[in-house]
Amino acid sequence: MKILVCITNVPDTTAKITFAESDTKLNKTGIQFIIGPYDDYALARAVELKEQNGGTVTVLNVGEAEGEPQIRKALAIGADDAIRVNAEPTDSYFVASQIAHIAQQNNYDLILMGRESIDFNSGVVHGLVGEMLGIPSFSPVMKLDIEGSTAKFAREIDGGKEYMEAPLPLVFGCQEPIADWKIPNMRGIMTARTKPLQVVEPVAVDDMAINEKYTQPAAKGECKMIPVEDVEKLVTLLRTEAKVL
Amino acid sequence: MSVLVFVEIDNGSIKKSSQEAITYGAEVARMTNATATVLALGAADESALAQAGNFGATKVLHASDSKLTQENNMAYADVLAQAALQEGSSVIVMAKTGLGDAVAARAAAKLKASVISGVTSLPDLNGGFKVTRSIYTGKAFASVDIRSEIKILAIRKNAIEVTESGNTATVEPFYPTLKDASFTAKVTDVEKSNAELSLSEADIIVSGGRGMKGPENWQPLIDLAKALGAATGCSKPVSDLDWRPHHEHIGQTGIKVAPNLYIACGISGAIQHLAGVNGSKCIVVINKDPEAPFFKAADYGIVGDVFEVLPRLTKAIENSK
Ligand SMILES: Cc1cc2nc3c(=O)[nH]c(=O)nc-3n(C[C@H](O)[C@H](O)[C@H](O)COP(=O)(O)OP(=O)(O)OC[C@H]3O[C@@H](n4cnc5c(N)ncnc54)[C@H](O)[C@@H]3O)c2cc1C
Ligand SMILES: Nc1ncnc2c1ncn2[C@@H]1O[C@H](COP(=O)(O)O)[C@@H](O)[C@H]1O
Repeated sequence: MKILVCITNVPDTTAKITFAESDTKLNKTGIQFIIGPYDDYALARAVELKEQNGGTVTVLNVGEAEGEPQIRKALAIGADDAIRVNAEPTDSYFVASQIAHIAQQNNYDLILMGRESIDFNSGVVHGLVGEMLGIPSFSPVMKLDIEGSTAKFAREIDGGKEYMEAPLPLVFGCQEPIADWKIPNMRGIMTARTKPLQVVEPVAVDDMAINEKYTQPAAKGECKMIPVEDVEKLVTLLRTEAKVL
Repeated sequence: MSVLVFVEIDNGSIKKSSQEAITYGAEVARMTNATATVLALGAADESALAQAGNFGATKVLHASDSKLTQENNMAYADVLAQAALQEGSSVIVMAKTGLGDAVAARAAAKLKASVISGVTSLPDLNGGFKVTRSIYTGKAFASVDIRSEIKILAIRKNAIEVTESGNTATVEPFYPTLKDASFTAKVTDVEKSNAELSLSEADIIVSGGRGMKGPENWQPLIDLAKALGAATGCSKPVSDLDWRPHHEHIGQTGIKVAPNLYIACGISGAIQHLAGVNGSKCIVVINKDPEAPFFKAADYGIVGDVFEVLPRLTKAIENSK
């Protein structure tokens, strides 16, 4: 079985986000980059599925060279090889077109992604890729098993879960508890250094949408403290001042 | 020309988030001298669909094929693209939900359209088509210049206030061509929580953290939620510990919510939790530790024991009704 896992290279979940170059670029100073947390779940499950069913796991990142430490980490966790499409990930359509292009050349049985990237939070790349390849896509998926050429999985729906079955190939956007995050061990880190990481140039895609400028949310006003003796006052304040009741 | 709005139906009526999408679509239609058409799929009463007019739509296309009753992003996107071509729509709007994002994405690939998810503003039409969207899990916004001819927008909850005109829309049947390839997956089982209110649609959420000490202590929180007509949520450790179901977990790795009122009970306010609630209009924090980071993100704070505060709040709400 051939599995492709698409990973993003994103600021750590605790990072404070600020901008540089007249608010047109992320200020990367002091920021630690990580594999997107949902992508990490996808990767962990891919490695487990490979252990159970045999096959290969390829990781793919559309991004610049600075993301290579995260790609190496994915190799250390258990992926067999990696592809980096050498481009700044601009909009979702661009990224999806790159992923679809790679997928068209390789016939993967499964394409696993995170439910969303934590930088752009679109939750759309899996759907775009699925449609570009003409195969179904499901997200967020929280359980996934493979039996022969059938995937058995559970996806979250509004207020519950749906258990489903579908023939491969498929695209999934993953979230916990599909697997536990894996931490690379020493052997993994050593072998990751020599695993193949292929760098390819992007295919041309029309500019669909351009991020012109970034802004930060307005600072929150002071928190109004209500003494615990006056708990009941909160109800009045929520009704008359905040007007949310 | 028309603006096409994809809506979701729940229990026979148009979901709150979809009402917002219709309001948004109708406003874009007004700005561009167009009309707003709604696309509804699956089983729904004509009278419920005509309600789309109340939020500004003039027409509803209803594809009632029973195959479309089951949530299916592949088939839905196919129908949406066919409706967009029939109507000559260059702007397609929907609510940002799990289904909305998937349908938006797949329709975008079909129509060679750009798809912008998490939109928080109406478009600025001065010299182009620019919208603001939420990024970095609510920690920032991007102003996006959309260049493609067809634009698909998934609107973030609470980005626009629903307006009601009292009008009704005309409902027309819509007969799309469905492809077998869209129906290869089958549902083998469904687990629905018995909560009447879904978190993503709720206007008020009462949420509990590890400070609730254990699943057996949830009743006071549930009582407050009942009194407020609110949904219940929780922090990640709470669902990791199986105190509450996974789909209640709010934050960076869980569900993102944007209610009018979010009441956090015994939640410390870690940045990953805040990432899921920073779209809320008003935040109330109840925590016994005055140094809890959540107070910095709150509008109202009470330093106290949840087990004392919650029953008193519930009583106060009930008394004020
Ligand atoms: C990559 C990553 C992703 C994450 N994603 C999420 C996420 O999506 N959502 C999420 O919630 N967390 C997430 N976390 C975890 C997050 O960092 C925190 O650990 C978590 O939010 C803490 O949960 P808590 O506030 O319930 O528990 P605690 O941090 O243990 O806080 C409990 C609070 O309750 C208060 N308390 C105790 N007893 C009482 C009482 N009797 N009355 C009143 N107050 C009381 C305490 O003062 C304390 O502030 C993530 C972490 C990582 C690393
Ligand atoms: N630049 C990228 N390179 C590789 N995979 C990506 C990239 N951007 C997004 N993805 C994948 O698509 C998923 C959804 O991303 P998004 O639609 O941006 O929320 C992510 O969790 C990744 O698995």
